[in-house]
Amino acid sequence: MIAVAGFRRDMLWQRFTIAIPYLWLLVFFLAPFAIILKISLADPIIAQPPFTPFFDGQGGVAATVDSYLFLLTDKLYAVTYLKSVFMAAVATLLCLALGFPMAYGIARADEGTRNLLLLLIVLPFWISFLLRVYAWMGLLNNHGVINNVLIWLQVIDKPIAFMYTDFAIYVGLVYSYLPFMVLPLYATLERMDLDLVDAAQDLGARPSQAFWDITWPLARPGVIAGCLLVFIPAMGEYVIPYLLGGPESLLIGRVLFDEFFVNRDWPLASAVAIVLLLLLVVPIVFLQRSQARDAEGHA
Amino acid sequence: MKRRSRFILSVLAFGYAFLYVPLASVIFYSFNDSRLATVWGGFSTRWYGELFRNDQVLDSAFLSLRIALTVATLATIFGTMAGMALTRFGRFRGRTLFSGMITSPMVMPEVITGLSLLLLFVSLQQLIGWPAQRGFGTITIAHTTFAMAYVAIIVQSRLSAMDESLEEAAMDLGGRPLRVVFDITLPLIAPAMIAGWLLAFTLSLDDLVISSFVSGPGASTLPMLIFSKVKLGVTPDINALATLIILFVTSGVLIAWWISRRAQRQTG
Repeated sequence: MIAVAGFRRDMLWQRFTIAIPYLWLLVFFLAPFAIILKISLADPIIAQPPFTPFFDGQGGVAATVDSYLFLLTDKLYAVTYLKSVFMAAVATLLCLALGFPMAYGIARADEGTRNLLLLLIVLPFWISFLLRVYAWMGLLNNHGVINNVLIWLQVIDKPIAFMYTDFAIYVGLVYSYLPFMVLPLYATLERMDLDLVDAAQDLGARPSQAFWDITWPLARPGVIAGCLLVFIPAMGEYVIPYLLGGPESLLIGRVLFDEFFVNRDWPLASAVAIVLLLLLVVPIVFLQRSQARDAEGHA
Repeated sequence: MKRRSRFILSVLAFGYAFLYVPLASVIFYSFNDSRLATVWGGFSTRWYGELFRNDQVLDSAFLSLRIALTVATLATIFGTMAGMALTRFGRFRGRTLFSGMITSPMVMPEVITGLSLLLLFVSLQQLIGWPAQRGFGTITIAHTTFAMAYVAIIVQSRLSAMDESLEEAAMDLGGRPLRVVFDITLPLIAPAMIAGWLLAFTLSLDDLVISSFVSGPGASTLPMLIFSKVKLGVTPDINALATLIILFVTSGVLIAWWISRRAQRQTG
Protein backbone atom coordinates (compact mmCIF):
# COMPACT_ATOMS: atom_id res chain seq x y z
CA MET A 1 0.00 0.00 0.00
CA ILE A 2 2.78 2.38 0.94
CA ALA A 3 4.69 1.41 -2.17
CA VAL A 4 1.66 2.18 -4.33
CA ALA A 5 1.26 5.58 -2.75
CA GLY A 6 4.93 6.25 -3.32
CA PHE A 7 4.66 5.15 -6.90
CA ARG A 8 1.71 7.45 -7.43
CA ARG A 9 3.68 10.29 -6.01
CA ASP A 10 6.43 9.51 -8.47
CA MET A 11 4.03 9.55 -11.40
CA LEU A 12 2.80 12.89 -10.19
CA TRP A 13 6.36 14.07 -10.03
CA GLN A 14 6.89 12.89 -13.59
CA ARG A 15 3.92 14.92 -14.76
CA PHE A 16 5.27 17.90 -12.89
CA THR A 17 8.64 17.49 -14.65
CA ILE A 18 6.92 17.65 -18.00
CA ALA A 19 4.45 20.37 -17.06
CA ILE A 20 6.87 23.03 -15.82
CA PRO A 21 9.02 23.45 -18.96
CA TYR A 22 5.94 22.77 -21.12
CA LEU A 23 3.94 25.60 -19.59
CA TRP A 24 6.93 27.93 -19.67
CA LEU A 25 7.35 27.34 -23.40
CA LEU A 26 3.63 27.65 -24.10
CA VAL A 27 3.49 31.04 -22.37
CA PHE A 28 6.83 32.51 -23.37
CA PHE A 29 7.42 30.91 -26.75
CA LEU A 30 4.18 29.87 -28.44
CA ALA A 31 1.78 32.52 -27.11
CA PRO A 32 3.98 35.42 -28.31
CA PHE A 33 3.62 34.19 -31.88
CA ALA A 34 -0.15 34.32 -31.59
CA ILE A 35 0.22 37.91 -30.37
CA ILE A 36 2.53 38.88 -33.23
CA LEU A 37 0.01 37.43 -35.66
CA LYS A 38 -2.82 39.32 -33.98
CA ILE A 39 -1.02 42.64 -34.00
CA SER A 40 0.12 42.23 -37.58
CA LEU A 41 -3.52 41.80 -38.58
CA ALA A 42 -4.94 44.44 -36.28
CA ASP A 43 -6.22 47.72 -37.56
CA PRO A 44 -4.47 50.79 -36.26
CA ILE A 45 -7.02 51.45 -33.49
CA ILE A 46 -6.25 48.19 -31.69
CA ALA A 47 -2.58 48.43 -32.63
CA GLN A 48 -2.25 51.86 -31.06
CA PRO A 49 -2.10 50.94 -27.40
CA PRO A 50 -2.06 53.89 -25.01
CA PHE A 51 1.52 53.20 -23.98
CA THR A 52 2.83 54.41 -27.34
CA PRO A 53 1.96 58.08 -27.20
CA PHE A 54 3.82 58.61 -30.48
CA PHE A 55 0.86 57.08 -32.24
CA ASP A 56 -1.93 59.12 -30.75
CA GLY A 57 -3.51 61.51 -33.19
CA GLN A 58 -0.86 60.98 -35.84
CA GLY A 59 -2.21 60.91 -39.35
CA GLY A 60 0.70 58.89 -40.70
CA VAL A 61 -0.37 55.80 -38.87
CA ALA A 62 -3.50 55.46 -40.94
CA ALA A 63 -1.29 54.30 -43.84
CA THR A 64 -0.89 50.92 -42.12
CA VAL A 65 -4.50 49.84 -42.46
CA ASP A 66 -3.29 46.61 -43.95
CA SER A 67 0.33 45.96 -43.19
CA TYR A 68 0.57 42.93 -45.42
CA LEU A 69 -0.86 44.82 -48.37
CA PHE A 70 1.73 47.48 -47.71
CA LEU A 71 4.48 44.86 -47.66
CA LEU A 72 3.25 43.53 -50.99
CA THR A 73 2.85 46.87 -52.73
CA ASP A 74 5.98 48.61 -51.50
CA LYS A 75 8.84 47.39 -53.67
CA LEU A 76 11.40 48.14 -50.97
CA TYR A 77 10.28 45.19 -48.87
CA ALA A 78 10.31 42.65 -51.71
CA VAL A 79 13.81 43.83 -52.66
CA THR A 80 14.95 43.63 -49.03
CA TYR A 81 13.62 40.10 -48.55
CA LEU A 82 15.25 38.96 -51.79
CA LYS A 83 18.51 40.61 -50.88
CA SER A 84 18.46 38.97 -47.44
CA VAL A 85 17.89 35.54 -48.99
CA PHE A 86 20.65 36.16 -51.51
CA MET A 87 23.21 37.43 -49.00
CA ALA A 88 22.44 34.67 -46.49
CA ALA A 89 22.78 32.08 -49.26
CA VAL A 90 26.12 33.49 -50.49
CA ALA A 91 27.43 33.67 -46.92
CA THR A 92 26.34 30.04 -46.40
CA LEU A 93 28.22 28.91 -49.52
CA LEU A 94 31.33 30.85 -48.46
CA CYS A 95 31.14 29.20 -45.03
CA LEU A 96 30.83 25.82 -46.70
CA ALA A 97 33.79 26.48 -49.03
CA LEU A 98 35.99 27.46 -46.10
CA GLY A 99 34.45 25.17 -43.49
CA PHE A 100 34.51 21.89 -45.42
CA PRO A 101 38.29 21.68 -45.93
CA MET A 102 38.76 22.83 -42.34
CA ALA A 103 36.42 20.16 -40.94
CA TYR A 104 38.07 17.59 -43.19
CA GLY A 105 41.52 18.58 -42.00
CA ILE A 106 40.44 18.46 -38.35
CA ALA A 107 38.81 15.04 -38.77
CA ARG A 108 42.01 13.68 -40.31
CA ALA A 109 44.37 15.11 -37.69
CA ASP A 110 45.66 12.80 -34.96
CA GLU A 111 43.69 12.77 -31.76
CA GLY A 112 45.61 15.24 -29.61
CA THR A 113 45.82 17.85 -32.36
CA ARG A 114 42.19 17.23 -33.24
CA ASN A 115 40.95 18.15 -29.77
CA LEU A 116 43.00 21.32 -29.78
CA LEU A 117 41.82 22.31 -33.27
CA LEU A 118 38.19 21.71 -32.24
CA LEU A 119 38.66 23.80 -29.14
CA LEU A 120 40.02 26.62 -31.29
CA ILE A 121 36.91 26.42 -33.49
CA VAL A 122 34.55 26.52 -30.51
CA LEU A 123 36.37 29.25 -28.60
CA PRO A 124 35.32 32.23 -30.78
CA PHE A 125 31.73 31.01 -30.48
CA TRP A 126 31.93 31.62 -26.71
CA ILE A 127 33.41 35.09 -27.09
CA SER A 128 30.81 37.82 -27.43
CA PHE A 129 29.24 37.92 -30.87
CA LEU A 130 29.06 41.71 -30.72
CA LEU A 131 32.75 42.04 -29.90
CA ARG A 132 33.73 39.75 -32.75
CA VAL A 133 31.84 41.96 -35.21
CA TYR A 134 33.39 44.97 -33.52
CA ALA A 135 36.86 43.49 -34.07
CA TRP A 136 36.26 43.67 -37.82
CA MET A 137 35.38 47.35 -37.59
CA GLY A 138 38.93 47.95 -36.42
CA LEU A 139 40.37 45.85 -39.23
CA LEU A 140 38.28 47.08 -42.17
CA ASN A 141 38.32 50.78 -41.34
CA ASN A 142 39.81 53.31 -43.80
CA HIS A 143 42.52 53.81 -41.18
CA GLY A 144 42.18 50.23 -40.05
CA VAL A 145 44.75 47.48 -39.74
CA ILE A 146 44.24 45.96 -43.20
CA ASN A 147 44.51 49.29 -45.03
CA ASN A 148 47.51 50.32 -42.94
CA VAL A 149 49.32 47.07 -43.73
CA LEU A 150 48.49 47.26 -47.43
CA ILE A 151 49.72 50.87 -47.62
CA TRP A 152 52.85 50.00 -45.67
CA LEU A 153 53.53 47.12 -48.09
CA GLN A 154 52.91 49.65 -50.90
CA VAL A 155 50.29 47.42 -52.49
CA ILE A 156 47.95 50.40 -52.53
CA ASP A 157 48.54 54.11 -51.99
CA LYS A 158 45.02 55.10 -50.95
CA PRO A 159 42.91 53.19 -48.43
CA ILE A 160 40.24 50.89 -49.86
CA ALA A 161 36.76 51.54 -48.51
CA PHE A 162 35.97 48.11 -47.04
CA MET A 163 33.61 49.34 -44.38
CA TYR A 164 29.94 49.99 -45.05
CA THR A 165 29.88 47.69 -48.07
CA ASP A 166 28.31 44.33 -48.84
CA PHE A 167 31.82 42.90 -48.74
CA ALA A 168 32.11 43.84 -45.07
CA ILE A 169 28.74 42.20 -44.35
CA TYR A 170 29.92 38.97 -46.00
CA VAL A 171 33.12 39.02 -43.96
CA GLY A 172 31.10 39.54 -40.78
CA LEU A 173 28.59 36.80 -41.61
CA VAL A 174 31.25 34.22 -42.55
CA TYR A 175 33.32 35.13 -39.52
CA SER A 176 30.42 34.89 -37.08
CA TYR A 177 28.83 31.72 -38.41
CA LEU A 178 31.86 29.66 -39.49
CA PRO A 179 31.84 27.54 -36.28
CA PHE A 180 28.19 26.59 -36.97
CA MET A 181 29.34 25.16 -40.30
CA VAL A 182 32.53 23.44 -39.17
CA LEU A 183 31.10 21.61 -36.14
CA PRO A 184 28.30 19.57 -37.82
CA LEU A 185 30.59 18.89 -40.79
CA TYR A 186 33.27 17.65 -38.46
CA ALA A 187 30.73 15.44 -36.65
CA THR A 188 29.79 13.59 -39.87
CA LEU A 189 33.32 13.49 -41.28
CA GLU A 190 34.69 12.12 -38.04
CA ARG A 191 32.13 9.30 -38.02
CA MET A 192 32.94 8.48 -41.64
CA ASP A 193 35.28 5.60 -42.31
CA LEU A 194 38.24 7.34 -43.91
CA ASP A 195 39.62 4.02 -45.10
CA LEU A 196 36.91 4.11 -47.78
CA VAL A 197 38.65 7.03 -49.47
CA ASP A 198 42.01 5.33 -49.28
CA ALA A 199 40.49 2.14 -50.66
CA ALA A 200 38.94 4.02 -53.59
CA GLN A 201 42.28 5.66 -54.34
CA ASP A 202 44.13 2.36 -54.08
CA LEU A 203 41.69 1.02 -56.63
CA GLY A 204 42.69 3.81 -58.98
CA ALA A 205 40.21 6.61 -58.30
CA ARG A 206 41.62 10.09 -58.69
CA PRO A 207 41.42 12.19 -55.49
CA SER A 208 38.67 14.40 -56.92
CA GLN A 209 36.72 11.33 -58.03
CA ALA A 210 37.07 9.71 -54.60
CA PHE A 211 35.92 12.97 -53.03
CA TRP A 212 32.76 13.36 -55.10
CA ASP A 213 31.86 9.66 -55.07
CA ILE A 214 32.56 8.86 -51.44
CA THR A 215 33.32 11.78 -49.11
CA TRP A 216 30.68 14.19 -50.36
CA PRO A 217 27.66 11.79 -50.23
CA LEU A 218 28.70 10.55 -46.79
CA ALA A 219 29.12 14.11 -45.52
CA ARG A 220 25.74 15.25 -46.83
CA PRO A 221 23.86 15.22 -43.48
CA GLY A 222 26.56 17.46 -42.02
CA VAL A 223 26.51 19.73 -45.06
CA ILE A 224 22.75 20.14 -44.80
CA ALA A 225 22.79 20.79 -41.04
CA GLY A 226 25.71 23.23 -41.33
CA CYS A 227 24.13 25.16 -44.20
CA LEU A 228 20.81 25.52 -42.36
CA LEU A 229 22.52 26.54 -39.11
CA VAL A 230 24.26 29.34 -41.02
CA PHE A 231 21.47 30.35 -43.36
CA ILE A 232 18.61 30.69 -40.84
CA PRO A 233 20.25 33.11 -38.38
CA ALA A 234 22.02 34.97 -41.21
CA MET A 235 18.60 35.75 -42.74
CA GLY A 236 17.47 37.65 -39.66
CA GLU A 237 20.84 39.21 -38.83
CA TYR A 238 20.68 42.71 -37.36
CA VAL A 239 24.01 43.57 -35.75
CA ILE A 240 26.29 42.75 -38.70
CA PRO A 241 24.47 44.82 -41.34
CA TYR A 242 24.04 47.63 -38.83
CA LEU A 243 27.71 47.88 -37.85
CA LEU A 244 29.49 46.80 -41.03
CA GLY A 245 26.98 47.45 -43.81
CA GLY A 246 26.24 50.70 -45.59
CA PRO A 247 22.94 52.58 -45.51
CA GLU A 248 21.89 50.94 -48.79
CA SER A 249 22.59 47.38 -47.66
CA LEU A 250 19.26 46.93 -45.92
CA LEU A 251 18.67 43.44 -44.68
CA ILE A 252 15.30 42.34 -43.38
CA GLY A 253 16.41 41.93 -39.76
CA ARG A 254 17.50 45.54 -39.69
CA VAL A 255 14.32 46.73 -41.44
CA LEU A 256 12.23 44.93 -38.81
CA PHE A 257 14.25 46.48 -35.99
CA ASP A 258 14.02 49.99 -37.45
CA GLU A 259 10.36 49.60 -38.32
CA PHE A 260 9.71 48.82 -34.69
CA PHE A 261 12.07 51.15 -32.85
CA VAL A 262 12.57 54.05 -35.27
CA ASN A 263 9.25 54.22 -37.11
CA ARG A 264 7.36 52.73 -34.16
CA ASP A 265 5.08 50.94 -36.60
CA TRP A 266 4.22 47.85 -34.58
CA PRO A 267 1.72 46.23 -36.96
CA LEU A 268 4.11 46.58 -39.87
CA ALA A 269 7.05 45.24 -37.85
CA SER A 270 4.86 42.29 -36.84
CA ALA A 271 3.89 41.66 -40.44
CA VAL A 272 7.58 41.79 -41.47
CA ALA A 273 8.31 39.21 -38.76
CA ILE A 274 5.48 36.92 -39.87
CA VAL A 275 6.60 36.99 -43.50
CA LEU A 276 10.21 36.31 -42.45
CA LEU A 277 8.97 33.41 -40.37
CA LEU A 278 7.02 32.02 -43.34
CA LEU A 279 10.18 32.21 -45.45
CA LEU A 280 12.09 30.32 -42.77
CA VAL A 281 9.47 27.70 -41.89
CA VAL A 282 10.65 25.28 -44.56
CA PRO A 283 14.37 25.39 -43.63
CA ILE A 284 13.57 25.32 -39.89
CA VAL A 285 11.33 22.24 -40.16
CA PHE A 286 13.93 20.63 -42.39
CA LEU A 287 16.64 21.28 -39.81
CA GLN A 288 14.52 19.90 -36.96
CA ARG A 289 13.77 16.74 -38.93
CA SER A 290 17.43 16.16 -39.69
CA GLN A 291 18.39 16.80 -36.07
CA ALA A 292 15.69 14.45 -34.79
CA ARG A 293 16.94 11.76 -37.17
CA ASP A 294 20.45 12.39 -35.96
CA ALA A 295 19.42 12.12 -32.29
CA GLU A 296 17.64 8.82 -32.95
CA GLY A 297 20.65 7.56 -34.89
CA HIS A 298 22.80 8.19 -31.82
CA ALA A 299 20.53 6.33 -29.45
CA MET B 1 47.45 12.74 -51.89
CA LYS B 2 50.34 14.99 -50.92
CA ARG B 3 49.01 17.90 -52.96
CA ARG B 4 45.60 17.58 -51.35
CA SER B 5 46.89 17.60 -47.79
CA ARG B 6 48.94 20.70 -48.57
CA PHE B 7 45.71 22.31 -49.77
CA ILE B 8 43.91 21.23 -46.59
CA LEU B 9 46.76 22.54 -44.45
CA SER B 10 46.75 25.94 -46.10
CA VAL B 11 42.96 26.25 -45.75
CA LEU B 12 43.27 25.29 -42.08
CA ALA B 13 45.99 27.90 -41.57
CA PHE B 14 43.94 30.54 -43.36
CA GLY B 15 40.78 29.60 -41.46
CA TYR B 16 42.39 29.83 -38.05
CA ALA B 17 44.16 33.08 -38.95
CA PHE B 18 40.79 34.42 -40.11
CA LEU B 19 39.26 33.45 -36.75
CA TYR B 20 41.99 34.80 -34.52
CA VAL B 21 43.67 37.79 -36.22
CA PRO B 22 40.72 40.13 -35.50
CA LEU B 23 40.72 39.16 -31.81
CA ALA B 24 44.49 39.58 -31.60
CA SER B 25 44.23 43.02 -33.15
CA VAL B 26 41.63 44.13 -30.60
CA ILE B 27 43.88 42.95 -27.75
CA PHE B 28 46.91 44.67 -29.30
CA TYR B 29 45.19 48.04 -29.73
CA SER B 30 43.70 47.97 -26.24
CA PHE B 31 47.21 48.83 -25.01
CA ASN B 32 47.43 51.79 -27.37
CA ASP B 33 48.02 55.11 -25.64
CA SER B 34 46.52 57.12 -28.50
CA ARG B 35 42.88 58.17 -28.41
CA LEU B 36 42.71 57.40 -32.13
CA ALA B 37 42.00 53.71 -31.95
CA THR B 38 44.12 52.60 -34.90
CA VAL B 39 47.10 54.94 -34.71
CA TRP B 40 49.81 53.51 -32.50
CA GLY B 41 50.79 56.00 -29.80
CA GLY B 42 52.88 53.87 -27.47
CA PHE B 43 52.11 51.25 -24.84
CA SER B 44 49.68 52.17 -22.10
CA THR B 45 47.16 50.58 -19.78
CA ARG B 46 45.26 53.78 -19.12
CA TRP B 47 42.07 52.61 -20.90
CA TYR B 48 41.78 49.79 -18.40
CA GLY B 49 41.95 52.29 -15.57
CA GLU B 50 39.27 54.45 -17.15
CA LEU B 51 37.08 51.40 -17.59
CA PHE B 52 37.07 50.71 -13.86
CA ARG B 53 36.23 54.32 -13.09
CA ASN B 54 33.28 54.30 -15.49
CA ASP B 55 30.11 53.78 -13.43
CA GLN B 56 27.96 53.17 -16.50
CA VAL B 57 30.17 50.26 -17.56
CA LEU B 58 30.30 48.81 -14.06
CA ASP B 59 26.52 49.11 -13.54
CA SER B 60 25.65 47.43 -16.80
CA ALA B 61 28.28 44.72 -16.27
CA PHE B 62 26.77 44.03 -12.85
CA LEU B 63 23.24 43.88 -14.29
CA SER B 64 24.43 41.50 -17.05
CA LEU B 65 26.12 39.23 -14.52
CA ARG B 66 23.06 39.12 -12.28
CA ILE B 67 20.84 38.25 -15.23
CA ALA B 68 23.27 35.64 -16.54
CA LEU B 69 23.55 33.88 -13.18
CA THR B 70 19.77 33.72 -12.75
CA VAL B 71 19.22 32.65 -16.36
CA ALA B 72 21.86 29.92 -16.24
CA THR B 73 20.35 28.43 -13.09
CA LEU B 74 16.71 28.58 -14.27
CA ALA B 75 17.62 27.32 -17.74
CA THR B 76 19.56 24.39 -16.29
CA ILE B 77 16.61 23.35 -14.11
CA PHE B 78 13.96 23.68 -16.84
CA GLY B 79 16.26 22.36 -19.56
CA THR B 80 17.18 19.26 -17.54
CA MET B 81 13.49 18.61 -16.82
CA ALA B 82 12.70 18.96 -20.52
CA GLY B 83 15.60 16.77 -21.57
CA MET B 84 14.48 14.04 -19.17
CA ALA B 85 10.87 14.31 -20.27
CA LEU B 86 11.93 13.79 -23.87
CA THR B 87 14.22 10.80 -23.29
CA ARG B 88 12.93 8.91 -20.25
CA PHE B 89 9.16 9.30 -20.00
CA GLY B 90 8.18 7.54 -23.22
CA ARG B 91 5.25 8.92 -25.19
CA PHE B 92 2.98 11.50 -23.62
CA ARG B 93 0.27 13.70 -25.00
CA GLY B 94 1.66 16.73 -26.81
CA ARG B 95 5.19 15.34 -27.05
CA THR B 96 5.64 16.41 -30.68
CA LEU B 97 4.67 20.00 -29.89
CA PHE B 98 6.94 19.90 -26.86
CA SER B 99 10.03 18.76 -28.73
CA GLY B 100 9.26 21.29 -31.45
CA MET B 101 9.04 24.12 -28.93
CA ILE B 102 12.29 22.99 -27.31
CA THR B 103 14.38 23.21 -30.47
CA SER B 104 12.69 26.17 -32.16
CA PRO B 105 14.08 28.98 -29.97
CA MET B 106 17.58 27.88 -30.96
CA VAL B 107 17.03 28.43 -34.65
CA MET B 108 14.59 31.33 -34.50
CA PRO B 109 16.11 34.62 -35.72
CA GLU B 110 16.67 36.84 -32.69
CA VAL B 111 14.67 39.75 -34.06
CA ILE B 112 11.56 37.56 -34.19
CA THR B 113 12.03 36.13 -30.68
CA GLY B 114 12.70 39.59 -29.29
CA LEU B 115 9.74 41.25 -30.97
CA SER B 116 7.32 38.46 -30.05
CA LEU B 117 8.35 38.49 -26.39
CA LEU B 118 8.09 42.25 -26.12
CA LEU B 119 4.60 42.18 -27.60
CA LEU B 120 3.70 39.46 -25.08
CA PHE B 121 4.97 41.55 -22.16
CA VAL B 122 3.15 44.63 -23.43
CA SER B 123 -0.11 42.69 -23.81
CA LEU B 124 0.28 41.08 -20.39
CA GLN B 125 0.86 44.47 -18.84
CA GLN B 126 -2.39 45.71 -20.35
CA LEU B 127 -4.30 42.64 -19.26
CA ILE B 128 -3.03 41.91 -15.75
CA GLY B 129 -0.69 44.76 -14.97
CA TRP B 130 2.38 42.56 -14.94
CA PRO B 131 5.24 43.15 -15.74
CA ALA B 132 4.88 46.68 -14.38
CA GLN B 133 8.27 47.63 -15.80
CA ARG B 134 10.68 45.99 -18.16
CA GLY B 135 14.25 45.25 -17.14
CA PHE B 136 15.86 42.53 -15.08
CA GLY B 137 12.73 40.34 -14.92
CA THR B 138 11.70 40.50 -18.54
CA ILE B 139 15.27 40.04 -19.83
CA THR B 140 15.71 37.04 -17.51
CA ILE B 141 12.50 35.43 -18.78
CA ALA B 142 13.46 36.02 -22.41
CA HIS B 143 16.97 34.64 -22.00
CA THR B 144 15.76 31.62 -20.03
CA THR B 145 13.38 30.72 -22.85
CA PHE B 146 16.11 30.33 -25.47
CA ALA B 147 18.88 29.18 -23.11
CA MET B 148 16.82 26.28 -21.72
CA ALA B 149 16.59 24.94 -25.27
CA TYR B 150 20.37 24.55 -25.40
CA VAL B 151 20.48 22.87 -21.99
CA ALA B 152 17.66 20.51 -23.00
CA ILE B 153 19.53 19.47 -26.16
CA ILE B 154 22.78 18.84 -24.26
CA VAL B 155 21.03 16.85 -21.50
CA GLN B 156 18.91 14.99 -24.04
CA SER B 157 21.90 13.89 -26.10
CA ARG B 158 23.77 12.82 -22.96
CA LEU B 159 20.76 10.84 -21.73
CA SER B 160 20.16 9.12 -25.05
CA ALA B 161 23.83 8.20 -25.38
CA MET B 162 23.78 6.86 -21.81
CA ASP B 163 23.06 3.27 -20.99
CA GLU B 164 19.65 2.93 -19.37
CA SER B 165 20.61 -0.34 -17.69
CA LEU B 166 21.93 1.35 -14.54
CA GLU B 167 18.63 3.08 -13.96
CA GLU B 168 16.73 -0.10 -14.81
CA ALA B 169 18.85 -2.14 -12.41
CA ALA B 170 18.18 0.35 -9.62
CA MET B 171 14.45 0.13 -10.29
CA ASP B 172 14.56 -3.68 -10.41
CA LEU B 173 16.21 -3.60 -7.02
CA GLY B 174 13.21 -1.71 -5.72
CA GLY B 175 14.35 1.88 -6.05
CA ARG B 176 11.42 4.18 -6.64
CA PRO B 177 11.59 6.29 -9.82
CA LEU B 178 12.14 9.53 -7.94
CA ARG B 179 14.98 8.08 -5.85
CA VAL B 180 16.54 6.62 -8.98
CA VAL B 181 16.48 10.02 -10.65
CA PHE B 182 18.26 11.71 -7.76
CA ASP B 183 20.66 8.87 -6.90
CA ILE B 184 21.55 7.60 -10.36
CA THR B 185 20.41 9.75 -13.26
CA LEU B 186 21.29 13.23 -12.04
CA PRO B 187 24.83 12.37 -10.92
CA LEU B 188 25.44 10.68 -14.28
CA ILE B 189 24.28 13.69 -16.30
CA ALA B 190 25.96 16.23 -14.01
CA PRO B 191 28.71 17.01 -16.56
CA ALA B 192 26.06 17.74 -19.20
CA MET B 193 24.21 19.97 -16.74
CA ILE B 194 27.39 21.89 -15.93
CA ALA B 195 28.15 22.31 -19.63
CA GLY B 196 24.56 23.49 -20.13
CA TRP B 197 24.83 25.95 -17.25
CA LEU B 198 28.01 27.44 -18.69
CA LEU B 199 26.51 27.69 -22.16
CA ALA B 200 23.36 29.34 -20.83
CA PHE B 201 25.47 31.77 -18.79
CA THR B 202 27.52 32.77 -21.82
CA LEU B 203 24.52 33.04 -24.15
CA SER B 204 22.77 35.32 -21.68
CA LEU B 205 25.85 37.46 -21.11
CA ASP B 206 26.33 37.78 -24.86
CA ASP B 207 22.81 38.58 -26.00
CA LEU B 208 22.13 41.98 -27.51
CA VAL B 209 19.15 41.84 -29.85
CA ILE B 210 16.60 40.11 -27.59
CA SER B 211 17.64 42.25 -24.60
CA SER B 212 17.22 45.40 -26.68
CA PHE B 213 13.63 44.44 -27.41
CA VAL B 214 12.48 43.34 -23.97
CA SER B 215 14.41 45.83 -21.85
CA GLY B 216 12.85 49.04 -20.66
CA PRO B 217 14.26 52.52 -20.15
CA GLY B 218 17.04 52.65 -17.60
CA ALA B 219 17.95 48.97 -17.74
CA SER B 220 20.96 48.56 -19.98
CA THR B 221 22.94 45.33 -20.16
CA LEU B 222 26.64 45.33 -20.99
CA PRO B 223 26.16 44.35 -24.67
CA MET B 224 23.52 47.09 -25.01
CA LEU B 225 25.95 49.64 -23.62
CA ILE B 226 28.77 48.39 -25.85
CA PHE B 227 26.50 48.50 -28.88
CA SER B 228 25.47 52.09 -28.22
CA LYS B 229 29.15 53.08 -28.03
CA VAL B 230 30.30 50.92 -30.93
CA LYS B 231 27.72 52.49 -33.27
CA LEU B 232 29.89 55.59 -33.16
CA GLY B 233 33.05 53.73 -34.15
CA VAL B 234 36.11 52.03 -32.73
CA THR B 235 37.25 53.43 -29.38
CA PRO B 236 40.19 52.42 -27.17
CA ASP B 237 38.12 51.88 -24.03
CA ILE B 238 35.89 49.37 -25.84
CA ASN B 239 39.09 47.64 -26.99
CA ALA B 240 40.11 47.33 -23.35
CA LEU B 241 36.68 46.03 -22.34
CA ALA B 242 36.71 43.55 -25.23
CA THR B 243 40.16 42.33 -24.20
CA LEU B 244 38.98 41.69 -20.65
CA ILE B 245 35.95 39.77 -21.90
CA ILE B 246 38.07 37.75 -24.36
CA LEU B 247 40.55 36.81 -21.62
CA PHE B 248 37.76 36.00 -19.15
CA VAL B 249 35.91 33.74 -21.60
CA THR B 250 39.09 32.10 -22.91
CA SER B 251 40.30 31.14 -19.47
CA GLY B 252 36.82 29.86 -18.57
CA VAL B 253 36.65 27.69 -21.69
CA LEU B 254 40.19 26.40 -21.18
CA ILE B 255 39.45 25.43 -17.58
CA ALA B 256 36.20 23.69 -18.60
CA TRP B 257 38.07 21.90 -21.39
CA TRP B 258 40.81 20.77 -19.04
CA ILE B 259 38.30 19.50 -16.45
CA SER B 260 36.26 17.59 -19.03
CA ARG B 261 39.41 16.00 -20.47
CA ARG B 262 40.53 14.91 -17.05
CA ALA B 263 37.08 13.47 -16.33
CA GLN B 264 37.16 11.61 -19.66
CA ARG B 265 40.57 10.12 -18.91
CA GLN B 266 39.38 8.96 -15.52
CA THR B 267 36.27 7.23 -16.82
CA GLY B 268 37.75 6.13 -20.14
